[in-house]
Amino acid sequence: MTITTHADYRLSQLDELEAESIHIFREVAAEFEKPVLMFSGGKDSIVMMRLAEKAFYPAKIPFPVLQVDTGYDFPEVLATRDNWVNRLGVRLIVASVEQAIKDGVVVDDGKTSRNRLQIGTLLNALETEGFTAAFGGGRRDEEKARAKERVYSHRDEFGQWDPKNQRPELWSLYNGRIHEGEHMRIFPLSNWTELDIWHYIGREEIEIPSIYFSHQRRVFQRDGMLLSESEFNPLRPGETVEERTVRFRTVGDLTLTGCVESEAATIPEIIDEIAIARVTERGATRGDDRFSEAAMEDRKKEGYF
Amino acid sequence: MDLLRFATAGSVDDGKSTLIGRLLLDSKAIFEDQLEAVEATSQSRGYDYTDLALLTDGLRSEREQGITIDVAYRYFATPSRKFIIADTPGHVQYTRNMVTGASTADLGLVLVDARQGLTEQSRRHAVILSLLRVPHLVLAVNKMDLVDYDQKVYDSIHEEFTAFATKLNIPDLEVIPISALKGDNVVTRSEQMDWYSGPTLMHHLENVHVASDRDLVDVRFPVQYVIRPKSDAYHDYRGYAGRVAGGVLKPGDEVMALPSGLTSRIAGIDLFDKEVSEAFPPMSVTVRLEDDIDVSRGDMLCRPQNAPKPSQDIDAMICWMTNTPLSPRQKLAIKHTTRTGRALVKDIQYRLDVNTLHRDQDTKQLGLNEIGRVQLRTTVPLLCDPYVKNRTTGSFILIDEATGVTVGAGMINSNS
Repeated sequence: MTITTHADYRLSQLDELEAESIHIFREVAAEFEKPVLMFSGGKDSIVMMRLAEKAFYPAKIPFPVLQVDTGYDFPEVLATRDNWVNRLGVRLIVASVEQAIKDGVVVDDGKTSRNRLQIGTLLNALETEGFTAAFGGGRRDEEKARAKERVYSHRDEFGQWDPKNQRPELWSLYNGRIHEGEHMRIFPLSNWTELDIWHYIGREEIEIPSIYFSHQRRVFQRDGMLLSESEFNPLRPGETVEERTVRFRTVGDLTLTGCVESEAATIPEIIDEIAIARVTERGATRGDDRFSEAAMEDRKKEGYF
Repeated sequence: MDLLRFATAGSVDDGKSTLIGRLLLDSKAIFEDQLEAVEATSQSRGYDYTDLALLTDGLRSEREQGITIDVAYRYFATPSRKFIIADTPGHVQYTRNMVTGASTADLGLVLVDARQGLTEQSRRHAVILSLLRVPHLVLAVNKMDLVDYDQKVYDSIHEEFTAFATKLNIPDLEVIPISALKGDNVVTRSEQMDWYSGPTLMHHLENVHVASDRDLVDVRFPVQYVIRPKSDAYHDYRGYAGRVAGGVLKPGDEVMALPSGLTSRIAGIDLFDKEVSEAFPPMSVTVRLEDDIDVSRGDMLCRPQNAPKPSQDIDAMICWMTNTPLSPRQKLAIKHTTRTGRALVKDIQYRLDVNTLHRDQDTKQLGLNEIGRVQLRTTVPLLCDPYVKNRTTGSFILIDEATGVTVGAGMINSNS
């Protein structure tokens, strides 16, 4: 048993962010009939798992975890996911894009990215299981369109986000009222920045996928990004594979998620690297955000995380 | 490193977006790709300089209209503090956004254009910040470069604002002459204004003392969630989870549960797998009691000699946030701390003109973006304090029961 004291009655920024997020998790668990935590295996969703663990300890997390399997996920990410789910003893629901294509829920026309096909797959899974609240790992610092996102983000019966019709959010009084068929996206990490996330992972000493750390990988250049060699990533004419020392800054569909050359092999080294980084994490390595300046806003309206 | 939340207010022309862009840029919260995009846009529009306002104009619909239509949150950090900016638009019709942004702020930043002086809008912003009990206010006198960095301009605005502020409740005021565009007194001290000896804006934001703003005396612990693991290892565990709204809780303290009035002692305070010796605002903890008394969500733990009086008759200032006006006899859902009930509007006493502070007692309605003093009768007793004493136990939201939309924000004057 450890006793900690605070002489000056001040919290560090990490403790204050943690307290706010825990408050949000408990509020949702108390007020919503069927919440679910959307788990991508990325660092943000792992921090969400940690906060949910803390919010209900020593009880188990009182809701299941939902992962959308693009079919193009990094095996390292799936391994980390399984470790977390097993340790916490939570129920894992996997919604597969592959299956959704087979079932005709979404249409793979060969041009649409897996990240985009996730939208239909996700909405279908939420509807089938009747979830009324879905926790997402979105942060307001990630992208301009997210700066106005609420902690409780209302989605209509089509799962859509209407930026002009969001509820005012005052103090820490969250309004969770929804109608039949609607659901709420919940963003407990709204006020965290990328650096906060890394500092927290370092402080909590929690497991994240190994691809976040520097490693040797066979990669090739495409559209100014370094992509991983993979059976899902057939080379186009002129593209050549070479081995580089890299790490990933975000985790997603491996056909679209680029890595950066990096020697950062520990969390303090990653923090140092980010502190001096001059390109936002999405701008650098996410092909799906680069198609247009308003790409994120469009995907959010459709029901993206 | 700690956290400071501040709300900014000002109109499009006051240079607010430019100032935020400057703070983000100079604290390196803006990245190369974001800056490049903004430079390219500025060039294609034929501007002479990079329009930093473009950094913060978020949604496409806003960019097209060139105005900010909602509260946007921005983040930056210096080695000593992390900052969360609630960036709110200044137009008259957007009072509700300012109220929203101010509700969580430790500090309010109001911008005025040095050439214009105080406007109706800047007065309104100060009134709203004071109504929301934002404890620290900064008046940034911007565009000093356009008045030749003239001390007389600054002095007269300072004087006029100080006179106006005596009518408001503003515990801490700082007036800073700046040029957001040129960077004077934002992060670095201006070489053009050696007559000014006060802090730069960034220095003030980094050093303003917010520790004493929270109530550490009156124990208020709204119970959010009851943790009962029902596992072999924690068979008898029963913990009351919540966020401390006031005071300092310690193991061994005698506590009273409201509304039941039953008393017990704190057996332990858990923060995940650790026990803590104290819990204070805004910590989220789990409190265990020595006795098995009936406590559930919506109840409140406090001290037997220092408890709020449960009340169903509420006198409050309400900011109305929807098109259909608020009228007497209207019924709404109310959420206060972790309690939810229904409220009936008994009377609208007056509407407050936020520009002149005039109390209009003839209107019996509150329209969109109007603020007024209202009497409510609630179905459940609220365990509340006056908003001046505690911003958490003194605030509530009103929800339209048909649409589910948040339509009002309330600050409790007193309970009878």
